[in-house]
Amino acid sequence: MKNEYDVIVVGAGPAGSMAARFAAEQGVSVLMLEKDRDVGYPVRCGEAISKAGVEEFISSDDKWIAAKISKFSFNAPDGTEVILDFGEAGYVLERRIFDYELARTAANQGAEIITRAYVNGLMFDNGNVSGVKYEFQGEQKEVKAKVVIAADGVESRVGRWAGLETHIDFRDMESAVQITAANIPVDQKTLYFYFGKDVAPNGYFWIFPKGQNNANIGLGVSGIIGKKKSAQSFLNDFMNKNYPNAPVLTTVAGGVPCAITLQKISAPGILVVGDAARQVNPLSGGGIASGMIGGSIAGRIAAESVKMKKPDHILTYDKAWADRLGKRHEIFNRIKEGIYNFSDEKFNNIAHSINKVPYGKRTLGRVFTAALFNQPSLLIDVAKVFV
Amino acid sequence: MYRLAKTGKLMIDILPDKCDFCGCCVGVCPEDAIELKEAEIFIIDPRCTNCAKCVWSCPIEVIKFNREGVLAK
Ligand SMILES: Cc1cc2nc3c(=O)[nH]c(=O)nc-3n(C[C@H](O)[C@H](O)[C@H](O)COP(=O)(O)OP(=O)(O)OC[C@H]3O[C@@H](n4cnc5c(N)ncnc54)[C@H](O)[C@@H]3O)c2cc1C
Ligand code: SF4
Ligand code: SF4
Repeated sequence: MKNEYDVIVVGAGPAGSMAARFAAEQGVSVLMLEKDRDVGYPVRCGEAISKAGVEEFISSDDKWIAAKISKFSFNAPDGTEVILDFGEAGYVLERRIFDYELARTAANQGAEIITRAYVNGLMFDNGNVSGVKYEFQGEQKEVKAKVVIAADGVESRVGRWAGLETHIDFRDMESAVQITAANIPVDQKTLYFYFGKDVAPNGYFWIFPKGQNNANIGLGVSGIIGKKKSAQSFLNDFMNKNYPNAPVLTTVAGGVPCAITLQKISAPGILVVGDAARQVNPLSGGGIASGMIGGSIAGRIAAESVKMKKPDHILTYDKAWADRLGKRHEIFNRIKEGIYNFSDEKFNNIAHSINKVPYGKRTLGRVFTAALFNQPSLLIDVAKVFV
Repeated sequence: MYRLAKTGKLMIDILPDKCDFCGCCVGVCPEDAIELKEAEIFIIDPRCTNCAKCVWSCPIEVIKFNREGVLAK
């Protein structure tokens, strides 16, 4: 442990680990600080990801794949089920192992990692971020860095301390609860989504298989809904109705920021990545793959700036992210806002009309086209991202 | 004795024994008024404006809005 590093990463989720790895890979010194005891635990996540999203960063390994997914099942409020077949599309992960392995890939490149290190402030030099303050085993410590990468997840406090506007409108925050339950007899190759005002208004309810009849079961609802009924009560209602005696192996709460990326994700001496930067896909709520992408870009740019001795170079990160995914997320966000307030009747009608399309020809593009057929400007967006 | 927020009496109460330490409330707080460690949570009273956004966002109803104000222990 040194008292100064080239790059310090705060938070050891997927975004932080990829930032640490892509920085360390270029030979600069990297320290990653995580407040929890364990990297990868607790798991506040449905754990679904596309195969391509994983394999950009790590080759698939059965030790962290809980289920291999080839189908989506969308369920309308009246019970109509629409099934889409994708072939070898994705996985439900075992994230407590996956996140751990991601952190190891950073360690393999030379990054140092400390757990139970709670970052509670930043150091500044002439207005530029120049290090972090943290609490470790009851002691307050400081460590300097040329670049700090804030990967502190949904809370996103570190960027705020640097003056970035990171807090998210409560309407865009999907408040979520999830259990992992046993004895849930669903198809182990299918991700199930449920829509409608009874299960998850302004959001969705999911059942994602986790192997051996286990499943992640949860939902997210906007803070607007939370005013009247909490995510927890929606989950209780669903379980009482459908699986009243299912053994519960894990229970977690969580927040999924479903909005476009923050206006600014860099400032002198600091970059923000992953959930902290609001890099989640706002339509699906998936943030593992996009967080890894954001982290990898930030890690690379941070190391480049250290090696070139050009501190300003880190400010190119905003554009690099926008070009890779940020602009695409703006499109997903418009689509989300287009379908956000659909009535149960509307969901039912869409399901009925998609089921008229022959099974082999159903695609996500067709689903969203049917959903938004009377909003032509959004149809262009659908065509951009789904065709 | 009532606890004091930025805007008078503090009216937001977090029940730490029920909390899952998930961070959802922290992400929506406009004032950075919630401190969250690995398994410890509290409100930084002088920053809180009683806006209640954290109350509406908590997935498991751990934060309560108390119109009378929160009594200091
Ligand atoms: C219920 C739920 C279901 C979800 N389902 C899916 C899904 O199926 N698929 C998908 O792709 N995404 C899903 N997501 C989103 C996904 O979990 C996140 O987008 C992803 O974990 C973001 O990665 P990250 O590295 O940015 O943040 P995180 O994984 O949250 O990591 C942040 C880390 O920073 C640490 N930290 C925070 N503050 C500090 C501090 N001050 N000092 C030190 N360390 C700190 C935290 O302890 C944490 O380990 C879901 C989210 C929730 C809540
Ligand atoms: S009431 Fe508003 S200001 Fe106070 S802690 Fe909650 S979100 Fe923050
Ligand atoms: S949102 Fe609720 S459960 Fe999550 S940290 Fe805040 S008070 Fe605790």
